[in-house]
Amino acid sequence: MCSQYKFNSAVISSIALLLLLTLLPQQASAKVVHKERSLYRNILVEDKGDLRCLKFNVKSSKTQQSCFMKSQPEKLYFNYTKLLLSSLLINPNPQKILIIGLGGGTMSNTLHQLLPKSQIDNIEIDNSVIKVAREYFSFFENDDIRAISQDGRVFVKRALLKKQQYDWIILDAFNGDYIPEHLMTKEFLEEIKQLLTPQGVLTANTFSVSKLYDYESATYKDVFGDFYQVRNLNNSNRVILAMNPQHNKHNADINALTKANVNALKLPLKQFGVDTTFLAESISSTRNAEDWPQNTPVLTDQFAPANLLNID
Amino acid sequence: MPVSNKPFNSFNLFIYCLAFTSGFSIMGIELLAGRILAPFFGSSVHIWGSIITVFMLSLSLGYLLGGKLSTKSASLTRYGLIFILSGITILPVVTSSQWLMEAIFLTIEDSRYGSLLASTVLFFIPTIILGMLSPYSVRLLVTNSNESGQVAGKLYFVSTLGSALGTIITSFYFVMWFEINTIIISFSLILGLLGLLAVVVDKISLNNISTATESTCDV
Repeated sequence: MCSQYKFNSAVISSIALLLLLTLLPQQASAKVVHKERSLYRNILVEDKGDLRCLKFNVKSSKTQQSCFMKSQPEKLYFNYTKLLLSSLLINPNPQKILIIGLGGGTMSNTLHQLLPKSQIDNIEIDNSVIKVAREYFSFFENDDIRAISQDGRVFVKRALLKKQQYDWIILDAFNGDYIPEHLMTKEFLEEIKQLLTPQGVLTANTFSVSKLYDYESATYKDVFGDFYQVRNLNNSNRVILAMNPQHNKHNADINALTKANVNALKLPLKQFGVDTTFLAESISSTRNAEDWPQNTPVLTDQFAPANLLNID
Repeated sequence: MPVSNKPFNSFNLFIYCLAFTSGFSIMGIELLAGRILAPFFGSSVHIWGSIITVFMLSLSLGYLLGGKLSTKSASLTRYGLIFILSGITILPVVTSSQWLMEAIFLTIEDSRYGSLLASTVLFFIPTIILGMLSPYSVRLLVTNSNESGQVAGKLYFVSTLGSALGTIITSFYFVMWFEINTIIISFSLILGLLGLLAVVVDKISLNNISTATESTCDV
């Protein structure tokens, strides 16, 4: 018995070693799991050990759209996705959520786990991205969670016609190298504002560098008045958090704004790798803290050279 | 050979300048069409499908009509009038595109057909008229059938070069410097003024056939 145990453990440990050896080189170099050219871009799904990433147009890490750890799919990998959750500190129980820009669908999955009763509409212009999200990122859909292949601007206009409203709108349609310019104009943000319920919140993953920063900030200010910015430590991402000024008096005191929810959400958000105290501290108001020139032009449907301004 | 004839040369140069400008405007406008439609119909691939289809279709009809028109008493005045007309017909893009696109957006749910109809309503007629200018230019330039191929070649060279520059300058710089409406109005004004100039030049040269008509392309 004893010798058999020893034998078994020797076999197991050698198998484990072999497994480890075969895994090691994979850890170092990324393996392409899926590659396709869609109507809009090159789509690449890459495995790097435990990490699976969706990339557009290859090479630079700037083009990573969505990543998740296969062993811990619920953890949010990207910092900005955690920053987007700051909305919950202000409006903790959104019933209807609109996500513009699906990526791998990780945001939708996370929100479904967190808010199982909420209805989520994911809008993605590229049908191939939806398919890839389903196949490689376990993007979850049911009667309440939909993915619609449509241009974000068109969806928003149609939703307004149908008198729909959302408690939380997440704008995540921009990647490092291309911006849909019609989703960054004053007119579009006015439409988004109308689409928000009175207590609704818009969170937008936006630009923290390049000339575009100033223009974008000026445009948000023009539509929403003072807004909030959520940044991480190294300032590589900026999330804009804005509310309808008609229904919400801007409160520059972040602690008062989020007080009720920081502790209540501490546990639920912990499993996603989000620290609510830290998140609340990352929020700042633009009141008396505008860091862009006052005379910066506003982006409109008539004037929207966002991609040209994004060239550093 | 007319090549050695100096007044005739500057006349040719004037026509080439006009053809260059129409080529420049056509592609400048086509490029802006994508931006004009985007707020209502998005920026999916089919938007460009709609725009390019409408522009190609109306250009083809324009070539046909322009060629036909050039067979009956072709003159620089008529040529100028086509320019003026093109400048006028492009103006609704500035004045009425919002409510037109809104109405189309409300009636047609499918953004493919919505964008197709919108680009037809906004760009079909001005592009037909701009297209008419190419064969009409050939008619004004050709003096004998032997050189007709060469003249047509030169004309297409000049107007397509204009199109190339109209595309790149509009997309690289104009959209960063001006509002879309400002650019469209400028195209309209330049086309209209050049047309007027053509009419005036024709009047002067008719009054003064033996004198050289000095004209410059001010674009």
